[in-house]
Amino acid sequence: MTITPELIAQHQLTQGEYDKIVSLLGREPSYTELGVFSVMWSEHCSYKSSRIHLKKLPTTGKYVVQGPGENAGVIGIGDGWVIAFKIESHNHPSYIEPFQGAATGVGGILRDIFTMGARPIAVMDSLRFGPLKSAHAQRIVTGVVSGIAHYGNCFGVPTVGGECVFEECYAGNPLVNVFALGVCKEDEIFYARASGIGNPVIYVGAKTGRDGIHGASMASAEFTEESKQKRPNVQVGDPFLEKLLLEACIEAMKTGAIVAIQDMGAAGLTSSSCEMGSRGGVGIDIDLDLVPQRERGMTAYEMLLSESQERMLLVAEKGREEEVFQVFRKWGLDAVTIGVVTPDGKLRIRHQGSVVAEIPNPALADEAPKYDRPHDVKPFRKAPLEGPAEIPASADLNADLVRLVGSPDLCSKRWIWEQYDYQVRTNTLAGPGSDAAVVRIKETDQSVAMSLDGNGRYCYLDPREGAKLAVAECCRNLSTTGAIPVAATNNLNFGNPERPEIMAQLVEAIEGIAEACAHFETPITGGNVSLYNETLGEGIYPTPVLGIIGLMKTAAPVPVAFQREQAHLVLLGGFRETDATRFGSSEYAKVILGQLWGLPPALDMDYEKRVHEAMREIVAAGLAESAHDLSDGGLAVAASESCTVAVGASIQLKGNQRAELALFGEAPSRILISTAAPEQIQEISLRHGVEAPVIGVTMKARLQIGNPNQMLIDLATSDLKRTFEKALPALLLTKHV
Amino acid sequence: MKVGVIVFPGSNCDHDAWYAIRHNLKSEAEFIWHDSPTLGDVDAVILPGGFSYGDYLRCGAIARFSPVMQAVKKFAADGGLVLGICNGFQILVEAGLLPGALLRNQELKFICKEVGLRTETKNSPFTSKLLVGQVIYVPIAHGEGQYFADARTLDELEAEDRVAFRYMKNPNGSARDIAGILNRGRNVLGMMPHPERACDALMGSTDGLSIFESMFSNTPVLTK
Repeated sequence: MTITPELIAQHQLTQGEYDKIVSLLGREPSYTELGVFSVMWSEHCSYKSSRIHLKKLPTTGKYVVQGPGENAGVIGIGDGWVIAFKIESHNHPSYIEPFQGAATGVGGILRDIFTMGARPIAVMDSLRFGPLKSAHAQRIVTGVVSGIAHYGNCFGVPTVGGECVFEECYAGNPLVNVFALGVCKEDEIFYARASGIGNPVIYVGAKTGRDGIHGASMASAEFTEESKQKRPNVQVGDPFLEKLLLEACIEAMKTGAIVAIQDMGAAGLTSSSCEMGSRGGVGIDIDLDLVPQRERGMTAYEMLLSESQERMLLVAEKGREEEVFQVFRKWGLDAVTIGVVTPDGKLRIRHQGSVVAEIPNPALADEAPKYDRPHDVKPFRKAPLEGPAEIPASADLNADLVRLVGSPDLCSKRWIWEQYDYQVRTNTLAGPGSDAAVVRIKETDQSVAMSLDGNGRYCYLDPREGAKLAVAECCRNLSTTGAIPVAATNNLNFGNPERPEIMAQLVEAIEGIAEACAHFETPITGGNVSLYNETLGEGIYPTPVLGIIGLMKTAAPVPVAFQREQAHLVLLGGFRETDATRFGSSEYAKVILGQLWGLPPALDMDYEKRVHEAMREIVAAGLAESAHDLSDGGLAVAASESCTVAVGASIQLKGNQRAELALFGEAPSRILISTAAPEQIQEISLRHGVEAPVIGVTMKARLQIGNPNQMLIDLATSDLKRTFEKALPALLLTKHV
Repeated sequence: MKVGVIVFPGSNCDHDAWYAIRHNLKSEAEFIWHDSPTLGDVDAVILPGGFSYGDYLRCGAIARFSPVMQAVKKFAADGGLVLGICNGFQILVEAGLLPGALLRNQELKFICKEVGLRTETKNSPFTSKLLVGQVIYVPIAHGEGQYFADARTLDELEAEDRVAFRYMKNPNGSARDIAGILNRGRNVLGMMPHPERACDALMGSTDGLSIFESMFSNTPVLTK
């Protein structure tokens, strides 16, 4: 087949990129080779727009065993045990086919974890949807949630937490970011580096079909009217097969006969083979006729680009293949030698007796294009810096609070997380609804706490500060449960990087993450970049999602909920006033005023870190009966969330601030603690240079918040809780035509 | 006392049951692979939760054909104690060891949450350490846990005192709030809730312990 400019364009390659291919090969590529280059050089696989900026992220630290570049990051937790973890997006497929798109998103990240030899023990997900104003929007939410439930529950990994936010900008571009974490012994980690000339390359797992061809390229383009035609590009998941694959891989790894292993994710057989070869500095020679196939008559192009799920590629020690086959036979899985490790550093593909592709591995990996895309402009934003001249006085603060706790972003997400098995493996010490999820590691006395956070509104107003705030909030969540933050992963969800004002958002956000992760000593050990999140030219808010993990000794974590009446309430961090400009990014501005302006809350990272240190000391001293960090919705919403039907609170604010700002301002660095020993907490706080005013007491069944002049909020906790719990099911069950 | 935990392809609560027996109850436990024709020297058997064979067909419909199920049936016929939890309950029903069927939850969604269970009978080797009317808190985690049987079977279960547990607040539409039932010989219990998840204070409840403790104090000595 002759390669025409149209064909090159169809493969989403530029003419410049094509010329580079020709020069790397020293000849014109074949059609099959063009397909291979198109997926390996896609944004999704090559990170061509973000690579030079990702280098700015801190990636080393005392806990880090493996930083970016492998299937997942690895950190040591002591006693010879390690944690592998990572986040990945499946945004584009989830819009086209919500159920399978989300399900295979879970499947993909789970394989990344157990490829490392680690058994997955926890999943979390960060979701963004359009407002629930149409049947279509409802279908996306219910489809994504049941897809995640279907895959995770059947596989047997608990989904222990996450976040879910609704904004207009995600209506045509939902975000589905899935975080997974697994555990293994440090000396049992497996890497995806092929080695040993003559070693067999073995294919295991599901048969290869025509599903998902060009999925990686699809994830590297904007959505258009035609995108709905792309449904065949979405893969179909089989969690049962994945569960068998997990057990078989872990058992096979124990034979000692496996040299390297890599899952077939985006760009399937192509990426797994060339990446393993490239990392190990060797070549891989594969015969496609030996690949287990689900259907007849597949071309080399189709087999190489298929994204059929639940497949792995591994390199075994020559002569020990049978040990590996035996394990896979026990689990009823295909395992076949399809190739061999060669000394020439080339990816060589044979099909029906002839060589259909022969590409030097580095050409696909290290030599992939790297762009310093123009970003010398202000990050895109349309929102004004100044809001209304005067923030309108609330007609009814009680009604405002009820509306806020019943708003889509702030209401209980129980409808979602009750569909996830968050307890399987009996390690979940704190599950969904907690500030951070906590999972014990049974083999040690350690538990891992984890938190996901991202705030698109903040980042839209200021990507750098918004990204820092996400890092700060994750670390605050971890510290609130008593865990020390140790490492991070990130998922960067942005629009079209070829637009300088979008690229500027990306660069600013990366630099913000770099700064904050260095400050909070949480190096980035891996992650994912999802660009081109645009539909018909409308981009999403820049949405970096941080996943940060922390360590703590295994013990019952501090709960969010008040435990009894007559406990003292301490606001660790102090009142921290919000001004009118920064109030424009709040949930109050969004829900009650229907506006967005100004800047995100002001973050003082030094102060924030001292608050975390004080908090961990307070937890370690056993002084916190409950603790909950203040974030979206401010003090009034945080207090509502800590209320139970039985136990409420009486809180006194200072008198010198506008009530709306004092109640609903979202200044960071604050944690609401209930305690029997406020003086001891203040003593610790003083030592850390952190304010810790006593602001009230817990009381029976009402939430009352006042200042010296008047009562501002006075509500029955039963009313607050009812609104909080019923809001999301009501939004999802409302019939739209 | 040694408990055999059967592992079907797709079982995923097998480790949890094993851990509860070993670490929370300090007893012996071992895994038995689904293609094993015998149960070895175990004194009791647990069919754990999970998604045997993916449960793409009716839950448990394929697992009942596993070779080990012949051994389980014989073990039950000989009076051995068999506890089926969640998917294990579904398999026991499909295998004909217990009557009825488990349908999709009324709201057609998977549900994971802690529920209150009312103990309905003390007269079984699984509930002897509980009191009739005693409420225990144990998690459920299933998509197909709606117990169904025809009226005559339900009447019979009740007449023969074979309903072990009822939901305090029915989460899935189960007939007559039934959460767990016994066979006629009272040595086979199937229940949708997960007692193995309620054996450790760190997990929020230790109410499941009494079921296992009852089992351990009532294990018959079988000639093997």
